[in-house]
Amino acid sequence: MAGGPPKALLSSGPHSLRDMPHPLAVSSSEEAVGGDSTPSPDLLVARSFGDKDLILPNGGTPAGTSSPASSSSLLNRLQLDDEIDGETRDLFVTVDDPKKHVCTMETYITYRITTKSTRVEFDLPEYSVRRRYQDFDWLRSKLEESQPTHLIPPLPEKFVVKGVVDRFSEEFVETRRKALDKFLKRITDHPVLSFNEHFNVFLTAKDLNAYRKQGIALLTRVGESVKHVTGGYKLRSRPLEFAAIGEYLDTFALKLGTIDRIAQRIIKEEIEYLVELREYGPVYSTWSALEGELAEPLEGVSACIGNCSTALEELTDDMTEDFLPVLREYILYSDSMKSVLKKRDQVQAEYEAKLEAMALRKEDRPKVPADVEKCQDRVECFNADLKADMERWQNNKRQDFRQLLMGLADKNIQYYEKLTRRMVRETVLEWPILCQLSGRIAYSRRR
Amino acid sequence: MEQASSDLEGQLQPAPLEPLGYADGELEAAVGEKAEGAQEESSGLDTMTENNFWLKKIEISVSEAEKRTGRNAVNMQETYTAYLIETRSVEHADGQSVLTDSLWRRYSEFELLRNYLLVCYPHIVVPPLPEKRAEFVWHKLSADNMDPDFVERRRIGLENFLLRVASHPTLCRDKIFYLFLTQEGNWKETVNETGFQLKADSRLKALNATFRVKNPDKRFTELKHYSDELQSVISHLLRVRARVADRLYGVYKVHGNYGRVFSEWSAIEKEMGDGLQSAGHHMDVYASSIDDILEDEEHYADQLKEYLFYAEALRAVCRKHELMQYDLEMAVQDLASKKQQCEELATGTVRTFSLKGMTTKLFGQEAPEQREARIKVLEEQISEGEQQLKSKNLEGREFVKNAWADIERFKEQKNHDLKEALISYAVMQISMCKKGIQVWTNAKECFSKM
Repeated sequence: MAGGPPKALLSSGPHSLRDMPHPLAVSSSEEAVGGDSTPSPDLLVARSFGDKDLILPNGGTPAGTSSPASSSSLLNRLQLDDEIDGETRDLFVTVDDPKKHVCTMETYITYRITTKSTRVEFDLPEYSVRRRYQDFDWLRSKLEESQPTHLIPPLPEKFVVKGVVDRFSEEFVETRRKALDKFLKRITDHPVLSFNEHFNVFLTAKDLNAYRKQGIALLTRVGESVKHVTGGYKLRSRPLEFAAIGEYLDTFALKLGTIDRIAQRIIKEEIEYLVELREYGPVYSTWSALEGELAEPLEGVSACIGNCSTALEELTDDMTEDFLPVLREYILYSDSMKSVLKKRDQVQAEYEAKLEAMALRKEDRPKVPADVEKCQDRVECFNADLKADMERWQNNKRQDFRQLLMGLADKNIQYYEKLTRRMVRETVLEWPILCQLSGRIAYSRRR
Repeated sequence: MEQASSDLEGQLQPAPLEPLGYADGELEAAVGEKAEGAQEESSGLDTMTENNFWLKKIEISVSEAEKRTGRNAVNMQETYTAYLIETRSVEHADGQSVLTDSLWRRYSEFELLRNYLLVCYPHIVVPPLPEKRAEFVWHKLSADNMDPDFVERRRIGLENFLLRVASHPTLCRDKIFYLFLTQEGNWKETVNETGFQLKADSRLKALNATFRVKNPDKRFTELKHYSDELQSVISHLLRVRARVADRLYGVYKVHGNYGRVFSEWSAIEKEMGDGLQSAGHHMDVYASSIDDILEDEEHYADQLKEYLFYAEALRAVCRKHELMQYDLEMAVQDLASKKQQCEELATGTVRTFSLKGMTTKLFGQEAPEQREARIKVLEEQISEGEQQLKSKNLEGREFVKNAWADIERFKEQKNHDLKEALISYAVMQISMCKKGIQVWTNAKECFSKM
């Protein structure tokens, strides 16, 4: 940890990111970072395709068996909750029951927030309030203000950029509800943020507007002082771990952006495929009307294609509603984390400047002035908070992406299963021909 | 003397149908029994083979394709593909096959063979050749005739054509077909010497007949209608299928990008890295699996294409019927008018307007000797005409009987083949889905280890 003389800022020039110490690696600042090809176990292992082939999971589950998607993802969620808190949980928050409100001036949606808690900070064991997006936005700014040394989870985007999206459509509202629920749960899981006064008010106040108007700002000690840090100081040296975090986040956001674009492209291709399928199926029906003996099998093919279209539509909808929003959320998360990192840099820069100024002044040698001490205090607190939050963030990120990607795989498996079921049903009456065919098809391929 | 039209219908009643046994499956040609009642008409030459060749089981295969260069008709260098045709006879006892003939042919020779068969067996639904140029292509497939995949599919199509001909109870006995398989040099000359081109009906004549025929057999009219619709629906199907293939290809290939980005991402991760990296590998597998899947689908498309082209062959038989029927109707009409003329000359009455009537009025009646001479000529023509009409009627009846028998054979073949094709298509789709399940299940396992 940076406590001694400031180190030279690690240049990211000739060294690739993989050679850099992982933000959470122990005593990473002592390790020599060079272009050596045999990284130590604590550092990131350089990965190449060749190595990875050796540790592929074998075989996979036999085709045809699959776990129902909903129960496995539910399991994941339960595991997530258990792993985050070692201790028993004493605060539960849920967001549900969206309702549309139509007033003269505007139309908007509110969500019901249900809180159950045994904490002393709460007067009642249970609360139920209604909040709208604005209120969440307010909460987030307040948290950023009052807890600047911590990572505040992101909110779903305020405005939807792409296309003409109906703000009141069921899918949009549901997607948003899930994101807001996630937002509050992340705060609930945070050992510091969950005790924040504003959070408490958000969960409990009957009339949030009145409270907002009062504008009571309760800042923590560090928050108060950090608030007053003015910019303009130049940072001498960033501690390795924060430099690494910064670089990691850059690459991370970049990769997520790429995945987002790929997913969007896949959805686009799938929709175009769907368009063609919708023309393809009916042609078999038209043909079947011309035929006698062939009418039934032709209709069967037409029905299977129709089934495929339906299943494909469900798949693309799921991708759009469940997969993309979570990706985007994490990109926003990275952005907000970067700004917190910047703030930390500022606090450290101020401290360094004061140190330098102090060194130049000849008086007060033996005793360090109070304000410099305060600065050091601030820096250390910030670094500690941030480090803890980063660790928590990494764990959450891992759980979230595991769940997200497994969900993606599940959706695709379900899609193919729907198709298979229908087609097997259609061809089951043709069993004798099928047996003949399985040999024939192999023959008629490559000779 | 017979009346004009009412007797025609009586003469055109189709004889009771005698179904011929329909051809075996596609992998072997089992030939042997003499087919009853299918006498080839109008070929003139003896195209029946005398020897016992066809009484044994034979196997025909188009086993290779080779690029060649040579000089064409206008002495220009050209590149073409030649196909190796091998014929084996299978001894009954031990099932061993012995190579009896092997020669090289190019596509144009196949075309010549088919044109010959079309002219000499107009009552047969002649099997079609694979397409000359690649049509219904989707973007990955090349429309180039020299493309190896196209050549390979054409090789299979040509083999299929030969097997169809060889398993047809009538066509298999044709001498020119036999020579096609056994005599490499001089075959073209031999075909041309049969003079079959002279017997071919002109397109214009056929078109004229189609419009003007008054009383074709209703079954042929229906069949023509059916073959038009079939052609239209299969073309549409193949076009859309090509577009579907294109799109599906896109969906699969984009997933390959996941492979790359997961790999890049895994480089900056600690615990998540392994899972991401191996999942990425499965995405690559997924993306490349589409190539085999679509190749199999091309085979399905080729099966449909064969019947698309068969529709044309059906139409050709209908056209021939219309032509013969029209010919017959014209002959009847001609005969009737001659008889009338004769009668007028004999009785001296002019019932209808005629040039003779005019000139008689203007220039006076002709001498009795002249009239007698003309009556005699007409009577000769009438008797000739009646003979011709009799034989045309017979021909027409025979044609209808034989053609309809072959059409029934064709219908059964078509139903059988297409049913199999549709089922194998479904099987392909099921196999594709199973592969998809496998890949995503593997990926899911990798993700679970993140």
